[in-house]
Amino acid sequence: MEFLIGITGKDFVLTASDTSAARSITVMKSNEDKSCDLNKHNIMLYAGEAGDTVNFAEYIQRNVRLYGIRNGIELTPKAAATFTRKELATSLRSRHPYQVFLLIAGYDITTSSPHLYWIDYLGSSAEVPFAAHGYGAYYCLSILDRYHHPNLTLDEAKGLIKKCIDELNNRFIVNLSDFKIKVTDQDGIREITI
Amino acid sequence: MAGSYDRALTVFSPDGHLFQVEYALEAVRKGTCAVGVRGNDCVVLGVEKKSVLKLQDPRTVRKIVMLDDHVCMAFAGLNADARVLVNKARIECQSHRLTVEDPVTIEYITRYIAGVQQKYTQSGGVRPFGISTLIIGFDPNDEIPRLYQTDPSGIYSAWKANAIGRSSKTVREFLEKNYKEGLSKDETIKLTVKSLLEVVQTGAKNIEIALMTADSVIKNLEIEEVEAIVSEIEKEKEAEAEKKKKPTASTS
Repeated sequence: MEFLIGITGKDFVLTASDTSAARSITVMKSNEDKSCDLNKHNIMLYAGEAGDTVNFAEYIQRNVRLYGIRNGIELTPKAAATFTRKELATSLRSRHPYQVFLLIAGYDITTSSPHLYWIDYLGSSAEVPFAAHGYGAYYCLSILDRYHHPNLTLDEAKGLIKKCIDELNNRFIVNLSDFKIKVTDQDGIREITI
Repeated sequence: MAGSYDRALTVFSPDGHLFQVEYALEAVRKGTCAVGVRGNDCVVLGVEKKSVLKLQDPRTVRKIVMLDDHVCMAFAGLNADARVLVNKARIECQSHRLTVEDPVTIEYITRYIAGVQQKYTQSGGVRPFGISTLIIGFDPNDEIPRLYQTDPSGIYSAWKANAIGRSSKTVREFLEKNYKEGLSKDETIKLTVKSLLEVVQTGAKNIEIALMTADSVIKNLEIEEVEAIVSEIEKEKEAEAEKKKKPTASTS
């Protein structure tokens, strides 16, 4: 019942994730941050099998950091996504594959452009202008299809996220309550409220 | 002569020496000089840079390296050996974060590096690392500057100020004479440069300085900044020489 969403704008990526950590039909926690900073300009949102998610995300995060410190240059969003995809593809062919769904959002400082990657546990990866994971995707993608455009400003993107959340609150049977919303742009990653 | 006691590493000589380790220490003594000084709220690394050849890209020659966001290291000895050790240390830094969610403490990573170095004095088919290291940084959530040293035998120790490499004895003696408690940021940098100038004849262009402040941010000084400090030191030296001269002039 988890929900991740990402929207690229003109010079930023806006991402949001629900904050509930649930087991079976019970909500155990309602302020879980389902994202981790891979480096200064790349963030990864994760959902899926509890335990797998954090374990995998931290593993990727540490490897991306190691790359940065070893080479004195940070991975670009594309490189980070490709690396992550490969790790998942390898994992899929092992005895116990990670069951995680990911969004990797980042700002490429070398080309000054925002990027968003949709990745699933099968190791498929796609660069997209907007993306969502979870049941929430069924409600949001149509809205994003209708309203998204490449020159989206931050305020417009905020409005769009709000539209999506409102739709979920309206139609979706599960109460997702709160969302953690973050912006990734040339200054790095920061949390915002809308 | 040493006979066969310096052939296989794991063999002691009758008088209790491990010759290969001592040869490694000799390699360190031949390496370029590196200095570390602890200030009140900062810690500085300074190294003697070999002059690069005319057509060489100076950026590819590095003697001060980051191990993690808050740990910095300088070394003296065999460059290529250092690269291997640095790589192991960097992996350990991230691995430590992955397992305990905390950055390494400076002592921990020093102990790790010294541990690796020790291992290479007691295993078959390997030779010791021909490097000594100076490791600086701040522990997580801590304001105290740290400075550690490791050597090829795997010994590690903490210091207020220390030097390794070529003529390190001269520099260490200089530091012993001139080190004061509670040095400010500028004073720490100055002492580092001053001590390096004891052995670096060519001045600013062969000195590299890295400064770490309590926020764990590392700053590599630009060549112009080092030049400014060097000329300041030279001026002071001249003034001092002048002062010494004057009384003798009046008596004569």
